Amino acid sequence: MSDAVGVIISKKQKFERTPDKRNHDFHEELFELEAAGELIVQRVTGDYVNVPTKYGRPKKIQKAGLWHHKSCGQCGHIPGYSTSIFWIMRKLGYDYNDPRDQTSCTAWNYYASATSNQAAQAAVALRNFAAAYETGYFPLIHCGTSFGHYKEVRAEILHQPELRAQVRKVLGKLGKEMVIPEEIVHYSEWLYAMKDEISAASVLDLSKVKVTVHPACHYYKLVEGDAIFDPEVYHGQRTAAVSGLVQTLGADLRSYSTFFDCCGFGFRHILVQRDFTRSFSTLRKIEVMKEEADPDVVLTHDTGCVTALDKSQFSTQAHERNVGVPVMSEAQFAALAMGAHPFKVCQLHWHSTNYRPLLEKMGIDWEAAWAEFQEDLKMLEKGDQQYLTWADVGV
Amino acid sequence: MATVTFDPYLKLEHAAGFADVAHEEKERLIGKVMADPRFPHYLYGCYECGICVAACPSARFYDFSPRRIAQAAARQDIDLMFQQMEEDIWECSQCFSCLRCPRGNNPGGIITIMREVAVEEGRKSAKAALEGYSRIIYKIMSTGTQVSPDMLQPDAFPDWGPEVKDVSENLSLWRRALPPETHHTTTTGWEVAESTILELYVIWLETGALDMIKEVDTGIHMILEEIMEERLEEEGIEL
Repeated sequence: MSDAVGVIISKKQKFERTPDKRNHDFHEELFELEAAGELIVQRVTGDYVNVPTKYGRPKKIQKAGLWHHKSCGQCGHIPGYSTSIFWIMRKLGYDYNDPRDQTSCTAWNYYASATSNQAAQAAVALRNFAAAYETGYFPLIHCGTSFGHYKEVRAEILHQPELRAQVRKVLGKLGKEMVIPEEIVHYSEWLYAMKDEISAASVLDLSKVKVTVHPACHYYKLVEGDAIFDPEVYHGQRTAAVSGLVQTLGADLRSYSTFFDCCGFGFRHILVQRDFTRSFSTLRKIEVMKEEADPDVVLTHDTGCVTALDKSQFSTQAHERNVGVPVMSEAQFAALAMGAHPFKVCQLHWHSTNYRPLLEKMGIDWEAAWAEFQEDLKMLEKGDQQYLTWADVGV
Repeated sequence: MATVTFDPYLKLEHAAGFADVAHEEKERLIGKVMADPRFPHYLYGCYECGICVAACPSARFYDFSPRRIAQAAARQDIDLMFQQMEEDIWECSQCFSCLRCPRGNNPGGIITIMREVAVEEGRKSAKAALEGYSRIIYKIMSTGTQVSPDMLQPDAFPDWGPEVKDVSENLSLWRRALPPETHHTTTTGWEVAESTILELYVIWLETGALDMIKEVDTGIHMILEEIMEERLEEEGIEL
């Protein structure tokens, strides 16, 4: 073996980050602008966990006191997604704020139709950040697209004085200050940071459960330096969000060759051109996963990805394609592991794919759970109670 | 073998089509794209390596190439960029897999800007791409949430399986069976405070975002303008 080959092999054996000029830390400009009185930086407070990002910068993840920036699609048609995030936080005993003073980031619409502009998108982001700041709670972003879009808005605000002036003027009309949080945090980063606590609270043996992960494009391709990459997960070569939690929970994490591919959501395609979404989602993701990894479940961490991968399989079955695997967020999977009710908390009846064989493999009696849920529905119908409450789900 | 008698690298006249559109008009439109402050940050030249195409989902199912987008922009080829604005940009998935570019190009970002110009200018191609999309624009601009539970109707999503019918039939009851206090809504994803929606209206009006749809969807623009101005007037908010 030549020396050169030896060097290459030794580098592959142990992951080491190489310095990269793209590893620019945005905090420099952020704090400079704060010092100049241009904006307020909402600081991480209380206990936090440092997580590793792509080029090595540690990112602070605040543990408690979080302001939940909810997701349109999660709340709209996958409500077990957001419910599971809240449930885990309550189960672990962390205080949070579920605000009504929050709008969508509006980025799904923006990437679908372009019926908005840079200033409007930035003003929406900063209005929401200001609303969080006013409560004293730190923002936690549920949607992958909101997270990616807000990271882009942050970069634009930091580097474009004209945009800052325009947004400041709009915020002034709203009586709001210009606030940017010290870190923009996705909920899957919080789950990643809390993975040991979540694992300690797990009540199921997941070692036989085969899992494939789809990473959300807008989570780690937009402003790629600000996403979790961990040398302990995929040797640091792929984002560790979701996968790190799956590993820690003791499930059988499996790889496949089209990991980098998107889910086919397409933003406008999922709404008005779904033939594309169905084709890409099943041919490039689900079938490849089935052939190469044979998963019991596909886990992901974004609204659009759960939607595209879950909803695309029904009609594809008519073409006798190799599909048929349940899809959910890692938040729902972690909640199940921690003993959450599959219907009252994880709300799996809103999903299209068949999750029942997975529940059986996880040791969950879904028939009994469904019967319990039906009893609760009867109670609500009779008017004994208007809503199911957190007390009804044990947190 | 036939002898090549023409220069294969010479750009053919009218290769990009749209000869009926004056070059000055194409220059005006593409000039708007290039004047966007984000444009210089999305383009650093192109190796023509094709990594963006390999990563692109739309390139697999459409006659679409993010490399062509970057190349045309780098060469400032007005005719080709105009053709792309009319024929290509709505096929992009906006996933930004093309950011894998070793030069740091952002073809998806260039497309975002081109789409904005196409919408603002009310291009016929933008109208066609957004056909059937009006309800979404209405929803996001008027309520501050993009999708709502009551959109899950079997006739709108027949390809999503029988569960859509279950959701639709049990919607109100199933929403009441959600523990989060903000989730009991059926016409918005979560309960948005009235004061918050008014603030959003101010943003749409002050930044010109509402006016962007004036040409591309006149009906929705009129409805939204009326709703926003009426609500803001009721609350005594002047712009």
